[in-house]
Amino acid sequence: MNTETQSFIQKYDLLGCVQCGRCTGGCPEAMRTGLNPRRVVYDALEGNVPDELAKLPEIWDCTTCNTCAARCPKGLKPVDVLIGLRNILVESGVLQPTVRDALESAFREGNPWDKPRATRGDWMKGLDVSIAEPGEKVENLIFVCCTICYDPKVQVIAKNLVKILNKAGVDYGFIGDDETCCASEVYNLGEVGEEGLFEMMVEDNTELLNSYEATRIVAISPHCYSALKNQYPNLKADVIHYTHLVKELLEEGKLELTGELPKKIVFHDPCYLGKQNNVYDEPRYILSRIPGAEIVEFERSKERSLCCEGGGGKMWTESDSKEERLAETRVKDARALGAEILAVACPFCVLTLDDALKAKGFEEEMRVAEILEILGDLIKE
Amino acid sequence: MNNKPKIGVYVCHCGINIAKTVDVEAVSEFASRLPNVKVARNYSYMCSDPGQLLIREDIKNEGLNRVVVASCSPRMHEMTFRKTLAETGLNPYYLEMANIREHCSWVHEDREEATEKAKKLVFSAVAKARLLEPLYENEVEVEPATLVIGGGIAGIQAALDIADAGFKVYLVEKTPSVGGRMSQLDKTFPTLDCSACILTPKMVDVASHPNIELLAYSEVEEISGYVGNFEVKVRKKARYVDVNKCTGCGVCSEECRLAGRIPSEFNAGMGNRAAIYLPFPQAVPAKYTIDPERCLMLTRGKCGKGPKCEAACAAGAIDFNQKDEIVECKVGAIIVATGFDVFDAAKKPEYGYNDYDNVITALELERLVSASGPTGGNIVLGKGEDAFVPQEVAFISCVGSRDKSVGNEYCSRVCCMYTAKLAHLVKEKLPEANVRVYYMDVRAFGKGFEEFYDRVRREGVRYIRGNPSEIFKRGDKLVIKAEDTLRSTPIEDEVDLVVLAVGLEPRRDARQIIDLLRLSQSADRFYLEAHPKLAPVNTATDGVFLAGCSQGPKDIPDTVAQAKGAASSALVLLSSGKVKIGAQISFVNEATCRGCGYCVEICPYGAIELVTVNRMGNMVQVARVNEALCKGCGACSAGCLSGSIQQKSFMDRQILPQIAVLGGVK
Repeated sequence: MNTETQSFIQKYDLLGCVQCGRCTGGCPEAMRTGLNPRRVVYDALEGNVPDELAKLPEIWDCTTCNTCAARCPKGLKPVDVLIGLRNILVESGVLQPTVRDALESAFREGNPWDKPRATRGDWMKGLDVSIAEPGEKVENLIFVCCTICYDPKVQVIAKNLVKILNKAGVDYGFIGDDETCCASEVYNLGEVGEEGLFEMMVEDNTELLNSYEATRIVAISPHCYSALKNQYPNLKADVIHYTHLVKELLEEGKLELTGELPKKIVFHDPCYLGKQNNVYDEPRYILSRIPGAEIVEFERSKERSLCCEGGGGKMWTESDSKEERLAETRVKDARALGAEILAVACPFCVLTLDDALKAKGFEEEMRVAEILEILGDLIKE
Repeated sequence: MNNKPKIGVYVCHCGINIAKTVDVEAVSEFASRLPNVKVARNYSYMCSDPGQLLIREDIKNEGLNRVVVASCSPRMHEMTFRKTLAETGLNPYYLEMANIREHCSWVHEDREEATEKAKKLVFSAVAKARLLEPLYENEVEVEPATLVIGGGIAGIQAALDIADAGFKVYLVEKTPSVGGRMSQLDKTFPTLDCSACILTPKMVDVASHPNIELLAYSEVEEISGYVGNFEVKVRKKARYVDVNKCTGCGVCSEECRLAGRIPSEFNAGMGNRAAIYLPFPQAVPAKYTIDPERCLMLTRGKCGKGPKCEAACAAGAIDFNQKDEIVECKVGAIIVATGFDVFDAAKKPEYGYNDYDNVITALELERLVSASGPTGGNIVLGKGEDAFVPQEVAFISCVGSRDKSVGNEYCSRVCCMYTAKLAHLVKEKLPEANVRVYYMDVRAFGKGFEEFYDRVRREGVRYIRGNPSEIFKRGDKLVIKAEDTLRSTPIEDEVDLVVLAVGLEPRRDARQIIDLLRLSQSADRFYLEAHPKLAPVNTATDGVFLAGCSQGPKDIPDTVAQAKGAASSALVLLSSGKVKIGAQISFVNEATCRGCGYCVEICPYGAIELVTVNRMGNMVQVARVNEALCKGCGACSAGCLSGSIQQKSFMDRQILPQIAVLGGVK
């Protein structure tokens, strides 16, 4: 066995694998693509060179939902093995152009969407937003997310949060144009390792975020939340998700939901909030406080939730699979429940599920909405 | 006796274990030049007969009065060489060992450096040997009785063996009946014996044996004392039924207003009972018990117009005013046989155990297939109009075992075989059903196990290699998401019934016994044995032994064998009638002790107490060591602020020179 294979085996503790198959059994992509995490581990153990394994097209089908790692009885992280294989391609420069562009944009402009850094804060125009200055004491430092900043389809999420923060009199501050991508998707696309873009961005972001005297950082996207919470070892402030904050405000009576929303709502657990960080109750609590709403549950929810395929760099890669998209399965399941609103707490979930809803032609019967989007109409200015 | 030290130093080669890394010749040559050393030798195996003979001859011929053996750990051979000394009439505590194997040759590679270290260790042992003093062992009487905690098959077997040998046994069982987990099983693997049929005779024997005092529905509350002389307090919980009057007719239970409304523990929640109940038909003692947490009379003080059980009992046995009783007894030995709990399947939410009625545990299926179970042995799911017989049945192995994600890294050792047994029983009762077992490895290591596994496969039970990841519902069916790893194919298997082969865990209240007896736990949280191979039924506390699953997962044959081992260990104590107390124990200089009580707090064995003494006309408090309880750990001595409490053979004036040599300071 060559040394490259050996160090790959060592790096991901592959000798600990018992080949039980829980990773592949739980993998949401395994049934619809050729992805088989257990088999990748087995092949590496059999001496297959990582360079060769990296050529498997299905390694780009992984959504990094983390089910494989959560289910592994031996503490291995098959998802990291797949990201490790992507890294080999990144290093060798053999990449799909869309992936390459996203990484370059993250490096140049601090976002993977190929948008100018200078327009990051444009969504705030016309809003009464408090911007924090470095060195300033602020209770809640808000971390918005590239997708929310730039994609007009989901900007409403941040806009409504501003509305809530102002209304509830929260001590908060946004970062503004200086905010830079959390690098979660940079990591997932495999731009990691010594002198990797991911590590560089973590370092820069840590410096930026630590320059504020913030008690806690409130991430709007679960992807940023998970990255800041788990992949930034040197942050001074605590990291929470906005659902933690909004739940707090509702519980303390600082935020009142008025009006009625007599709709049937089903909540879809974002992997980066649920499976990866065990945040299941906060979004459900918020929804339960909506006057008039009836909350229903997916058959597959919480720990058994189904991924929408929005993460893992899937925004910039295409799959060969002709099978139904998981987001389509999800909106079908939601419709079968009679749900009128498919609620989510993640910008990626909004995009994938909304696309699926339109592809299925369900627009008349139901809509996909981020929780903050729903709350917007229930807050009196 | 002229006590000027004349020391013999014996450097062991231990074959090549030491000699390969340490220049033993150089070490003995070095030792021969140390002060007070009369003779120094090296030999291939000091522990062998000729090796010991060398020492004995030198003691006789050279007049040695101290011996240093430089070999392995004292845990290994200290006793061997103490006997060697004793055989010549020399006090065995004139021995000091230098561990140049575990502490030197085994952990170093450089021969030169290892040799230098071995020299230092020998020098240090010689430095201490000069200062050794003779010590004498004491003996105490042993109370000829045993306490057995836990009335499952382990406790029952241990109690019967000890009682048959003619000694008194107090058998304490927490629940209303003895029988334990084995009584819940339908058949036993691999022989398919009816579990109840082979167990009940033993349960009856326990109750009728003249040497056994059965304390069912009781809990040990307090244990004090030491090996040979334990004092025990047992709380006999009120049953609210006069056992002398109760005939076990069961009319009370039928009449109870809550009959059929309380989940039955014995049936693992698959069936219901009344508030006054007999856990199962063959229960021993066959006396009814009122559940104080459910009975309307006991919780609300009111039960309709009056308790129906009381009205129905012809014997007048119901007594709502009954109180707990404290039973005190004195025993020489204690056997802990408290068993196990099954893994809580809710801790793996991906399997939907809490969400789906038709995802059940193996113990629940056990009650379902049992003739004494809630369905009379018929495998029927659901109730009333929804009742149905499953056609597609799946077992999932290793639920809560071999799984870091739930903190249980160990194999539970019984699940593979009980799964095969249950799969066989399902096939037997439902020949048309499709039965499959999802597994990652099949461990059929016991006598007759592999043969049984072969048989079950040939009966048509399918084994699919892949541990399922998730279960969810699609229509009426449960969907198992897994990978058939032999075909590298992810699958969604639609079934009617999923049986989770849940692993074995320490009792949820294991802490209680730990606190009572100062037991330790191994990394798997089961009670820790004194040595995994050579003292598997002993604990670190003398006179306390382990039997059955409280020490680790076991099947019935292993449990019975271990119970017999624990009984025999207890009998060794009881039949010798005396027990030696260690000599290297602590003692207090009462003239300097300030009675601060710090050592009392430190002592992990509760061996020290403060007593009041008359010191030159003043009544003062000083520490006093109970020699029978002291294990010679030295914690008190290290903690004592005034140096007043010292451990024999490890007194400051003995070990400080030893340490000084190691540090290179004279």
